[in-house]
Amino acid sequence: MSVDDSQLGGTSVAAPQHVGDEPPVRPAGTKAPDDGDRWREALRRVTSGGWAVSLGAVVLAVLAGSVMIAVTDKGVQDASGYFFSRPQDTFSAIGSAVGGAYAALFRGAVWDFRADDFAGGIKPFMSSLNFATPLIGAGLGVALAFRAGLFNIGGRGQMLVAAAAAGWVGFGVDLPIVLHLVVAMTAGIAAGAIWSGIAGLLKAATGAHEVITTIMLNYVAFYLISYMLATPGLLQAPGSSNPKTPPMADTVIMPRLLGAQYKLNLGFVFALVAVVLVWWLLNRSRLGFAFRAVGENPDAARVAGIDVRRTTVSVMLVAGGLIGLAGTTQVLGTVTTGFSSDIDAGIGFDAITVALLGRSTPFGVLAAAILFGAFKAGGSVMQASENVPIEIVLVIQSLIVLFIAAPPLVRAVFHLPQPGARPKKRARRQPKEVAA
Amino acid sequence: MKLELRDITKRFGSLVANDHISITVEPGEIHCLLGENGAGKSTLMNVLYGLYTADEGEVLLDDVVQHFRGPGDAMAAGIGMVHQHFMLIPVFTVAENVMLGNEQTRSGGRLDLEAARAKVNDIASRFGFHVDPDAVVEDLPVGVQQRIEIIKALSRDAKVLIFDEPTAVLTPQETDELMGIMRQLKESGAAIVFITHKLREVREVADRITVIRRGAVVGEASPTSTDAELAAMMVGRAVELTVQKGEPTYAPSSLEVTGLEVTDARGAVLVDDVSFTVRGGEVLVVAGVQGNGQTELTEALVGLAAGTVAGSIRLDGTELVGRSVRGILDEGVGFIPEDRSTDGLVGAFSVAENLILDRTNAPPFVRRGVLQLGLRDEFATRSVEEFDIRTQGIDEPVGQLSGGNQQKVVVARELSRDLRLLVAAQPTRGVDVGSIEFIHKRIIATRDAGVPVVVVSTELDEAVALGDRILVMYRGRVVGIVPADTPRDVLGLMMAGIPAHGTEAA
Amino acid sequence: MSTAVETPSSAPMSTDLRRVAVVSAKSAIAYTAVTAAMALLLLLVPRDGDVRYRMGAEGDAVRLPDVALPGMAVAWVCVAIAALVSVAAWALLRVQRKPSVWLGILLGVVLLVAFLSWSGAGSQQDLPVTRLVGGAVLLSVPILFGALGGVIGERAGVVNIAIESQLLLGAFAAAITGSLTDSPVAGLVAAIVAGMLVAVVLGVFTITYKVDQVIVGVVLNVLVVGLTSFFYSEVLVPNAERLNDTERFKPIAIPVLSDVPIFGPALFRQSLLVYLAYLAVPVVWFALYRTRWGLRLRAVGEHPQAADTVGIKVELTRYRALLIAGGVVGLGGAFYTVVSVSSFGKEMTAGAGFIALAAVIFGKWDPVRAAMAALLFGFAANLKDMLSLVGAPVPSQFMLMLPYVVTLFAVAGLVGKSRAPAADGEPYIKE
Repeated sequence: MSVDDSQLGGTSVAAPQHVGDEPPVRPAGTKAPDDGDRWREALRRVTSGGWAVSLGAVVLAVLAGSVMIAVTDKGVQDASGYFFSRPQDTFSAIGSAVGGAYAALFRGAVWDFRADDFAGGIKPFMSSLNFATPLIGAGLGVALAFRAGLFNIGGRGQMLVAAAAAGWVGFGVDLPIVLHLVVAMTAGIAAGAIWSGIAGLLKAATGAHEVITTIMLNYVAFYLISYMLATPGLLQAPGSSNPKTPPMADTVIMPRLLGAQYKLNLGFVFALVAVVLVWWLLNRSRLGFAFRAVGENPDAARVAGIDVRRTTVSVMLVAGGLIGLAGTTQVLGTVTTGFSSDIDAGIGFDAITVALLGRSTPFGVLAAAILFGAFKAGGSVMQASENVPIEIVLVIQSLIVLFIAAPPLVRAVFHLPQPGARPKKRARRQPKEVAA
Repeated sequence: MKLELRDITKRFGSLVANDHISITVEPGEIHCLLGENGAGKSTLMNVLYGLYTADEGEVLLDDVVQHFRGPGDAMAAGIGMVHQHFMLIPVFTVAENVMLGNEQTRSGGRLDLEAARAKVNDIASRFGFHVDPDAVVEDLPVGVQQRIEIIKALSRDAKVLIFDEPTAVLTPQETDELMGIMRQLKESGAAIVFITHKLREVREVADRITVIRRGAVVGEASPTSTDAELAAMMVGRAVELTVQKGEPTYAPSSLEVTGLEVTDARGAVLVDDVSFTVRGGEVLVVAGVQGNGQTELTEALVGLAAGTVAGSIRLDGTELVGRSVRGILDEGVGFIPEDRSTDGLVGAFSVAENLILDRTNAPPFVRRGVLQLGLRDEFATRSVEEFDIRTQGIDEPVGQLSGGNQQKVVVARELSRDLRLLVAAQPTRGVDVGSIEFIHKRIIATRDAGVPVVVVSTELDEAVALGDRILVMYRGRVVGIVPADTPRDVLGLMMAGIPAHGTEAA
Repeated sequence: MSTAVETPSSAPMSTDLRRVAVVSAKSAIAYTAVTAAMALLLLLVPRDGDVRYRMGAEGDAVRLPDVALPGMAVAWVCVAIAALVSVAAWALLRVQRKPSVWLGILLGVVLLVAFLSWSGAGSQQDLPVTRLVGGAVLLSVPILFGALGGVIGERAGVVNIAIESQLLLGAFAAAITGSLTDSPVAGLVAAIVAGMLVAVVLGVFTITYKVDQVIVGVVLNVLVVGLTSFFYSEVLVPNAERLNDTERFKPIAIPVLSDVPIFGPALFRQSLLVYLAYLAVPVVWFALYRTRWGLRLRAVGEHPQAADTVGIKVELTRYRALLIAGGVVGLGGAFYTVVSVSSFGKEMTAGAGFIALAAVIFGKWDPVRAAMAALLFGFAANLKDMLSLVGAPVPSQFMLMLPYVVTLFAVAGLVGKSRAPAADGEPYIKE
């Protein structure tokens, strides 16, 4: 049969046109969805809840921590033995256990109400800021990668190589003051950048997923550093058989900011500078524009002439550099007496939670890092004075992130309004920008 | 089995996708649902198939009210669906796909693949074609994949069959074969719902026609209605799709493509020895059924091709093959991609950011790596006015604009550069009528400014209206390049791979 | 109507796309590279003396004599064979064929023998072949269960980064239950339940609340480390005798099989959990590829919407898969506290879950290949001990690093192309 002239209507008659205001919906799964797409959707979900949800998440997590403290407390256990005869004893035991623990947490993190003067009272807060310092840098590194649609789980490895590089320059090289610090920091930041850049390169060149490569690189770095720490002439302190480096040279140690009584050191200033730089990078620079474009829609970015592969590598380099900064300030500012392979102290993973809690914006990361720094500072006081193991901080932190990641759950618990069901049009939410 | 939909209403938020729709389909009847894209046909069928729950109304089979909680219930009740986007697992074999969800097992819980193979062969032979039950689905051509969908539905003894836009990916010949199968099904007593927006197909097979517009039934039509009548019902007003344009005035510039070949990673030659020339001041339309290499051709033109590219693309003598996307854009190539939401825009970015998306490599919008926000906003405000982009402001995320306005953002961005070539792929897909006219006008204005223009379109009307010449592609090859006034039946045959001089294949 | 301007031919065009053959030189290059690397090692760090392979084990019925060979000579012979294999790979490439799996295995074995012979050359200690194999099997058990669980989850479309936490919680639960009941079997059951518990949380967040699977996985790992360490300090340490001192599984010798030279003692004088691992691999394979459950599970992992349209409940299928996977991984966790040692320690799984994840990817999401990868990684860990036994000049850290490096190469596509389930990691959102 022939294709007849009126197949699609003559020129004078309507062709099939598209009138609706809705863009045509492409049902999910019609083509294998490309990797980046779902990552970005998922990340956006996590990073676009409201601040009420964040607060609710913190409250829920702290509550869960209270339960843990209560059930493992000796006094509570004793009192609950005769719960039905004197229930008030159990409640007061719970109150004193939980209250004592959180009071200790507060005393260790914010304000020491037992101190005699202001200088002593503020000491815990300074300690919190000191704990926050590496979390800021590392959190920024993870957040920046998030914004470009990349998941950098490699914080641990990047911190380790950065610490090793900065540390090696710090104890092994003789240089005048200032210059020594500059060289050591450069080495550390560069090492972090390179380690993370490997994952970026692998992704750009072969499509290897950065989640997998960064996890693997964590372990490669760990064993590499362990080897170097156990090998005389590399990182091991001379004359020692411990896998530990010698102390840093005096010329390289970051000076304390507010006198010897506070641990807070120059590293904190570098971290603050990094916050501002990352904000500027993301919002005002061409590079940041490319990062965000690739993060939000790599296909469109590619069509617009942005080299997605090169951007991927640059993002990972910058992210690794930021995490490298964290590793550097650790060995040059905080742990200056020599370090071993646990120098990362879980910061690489904490950074992920910091970035998520901070919604991947630079100032959000700053706030989240200070909160988690406070948890860490307070946690050790809590452990010392109330015998509550510091690991409870890990539990609270991870619960916060879990709850934040599932806003409907938190909203349901607190009876917050659920955002209205959107039409099936792909709901693209407002990008999460921090305006100045 | 008789199917009846009564007062079906389905809302998504504030959008009413189906507004009290009622239709009845008798056994042995092909009932056609005619409507534009986005009119609500697919939503209705998803309600019928149990994928959506209707807010109001009910589905009846043989006068019994049904309550489907999922597609499983619908299938069990005897409803089968051939989906527009095939619901097949690409890495499974034909037999596995057919048995999925309806598996027979042997002792020890083992799957009975033999039974599934037999079923495939049995149903296929009933309709006079052959499918290898052990072939992996992703290796099969789309026409065959569609038959597997039909086999899948029939293997579950479907008495009501829904065909959702089944011809979108088929050549005219494959379409004819599908129509044959549908008639055969009808004769065996099935009730068939046929969803389409193509008038010819409707008139050919439909026993009854229901026209849907903006989510509501606008009326029934008889298969003897003329195209004009059907089209008028469908769009609501008679639309003239003619573009005011004069004779081309040729400019000296030109695009010369010779022996272009694009091969994907698996070795399939997607663009096969394609050669053509476009002179400045003329529009060449690349026509053809979707998926015949047009996408890959445009990708090759702008340096986006995923596979390996051989041959030559010369713009005013400058070779473009092997250059980066950036390099090609810098040569003055404007590109309107066929899928704006994936390739053209960053949905979460503002209108202003999207308007400079491909201009961040050089002044004026970026100087020494720093964004010039003042200039950007000034430019955005101007573009919004000039291109009549309906937005709440230049800071509104582009994803919240309507399809037509999104497309205007893309067009505004591309046409605001100094162009030496414009490549526009499906420039009016999913765009409202007003925007279509506007975009067509701008494309013609670009042509009249002496720029060579390549437009890819699967809509024959658009091809005829816009083009000075039409190039038809089939299976990656050029079937022929003909003047725009070539008769439509010739163009239709060319789209099926039969060159204009040829004798018709049996 | 003859208006055609450029018409290539007048016959209908073929309906098929033209195809050109694509054969990658990757394996040939890789073969050549590793062979060259081995040769380079032998050249740069030559070692003198004999390598002594101990073939027997205590209590063998038939005792094979030990073998002493000149280490370097054996190594060079092996390298020569490897070079031939590489040449063969290039030859195959010229006729557009891919080298078979067996060629790859042959290459691996001869290079391994070369490496062992080089390491053991001149050592006072024997290289116990039985322990080389048996230790590898034992060390690979938790990785293997973790990888099998990972395969099941990912085939259903749920990426499980939380394998580590399932192992850890499994070990923790097995320690407490095993100690309280003095029954390793009860510990095993508790470990299964613990693995499932983590799976439920993973499921609630990723399937019901559609939170990103990687985020939940990462966070769950931290959460479980925190929980187990907290309760370890607060509860287990003060009550160590009652709560953290388990009865372990005893090795069971399987009659006849355990008397086969070399492999008998290595493979068939193991504990119940090891035999369960032998069993788990074919069972999971059969379940995934030959049963209705497996077909539906894979459908959900490849194209959930298509599965939905044929009446498969996507979320239910994923929950079920996750639960079963969690139980399987939990079994692996029991290894630490009722097979390997008899008490729980903080973070005692030490990254085995991530090695398991590596095995899933290296094994291309296939249970048998993933099990092989787990074995390989267990072998690498065990080799570290063997090498320090013979005093080989290879730092132990590099052996420990091996699984991760291998996986890096694997994901970079340097050892064959891997293809994840299409909907892996993607929450199913009905439109």
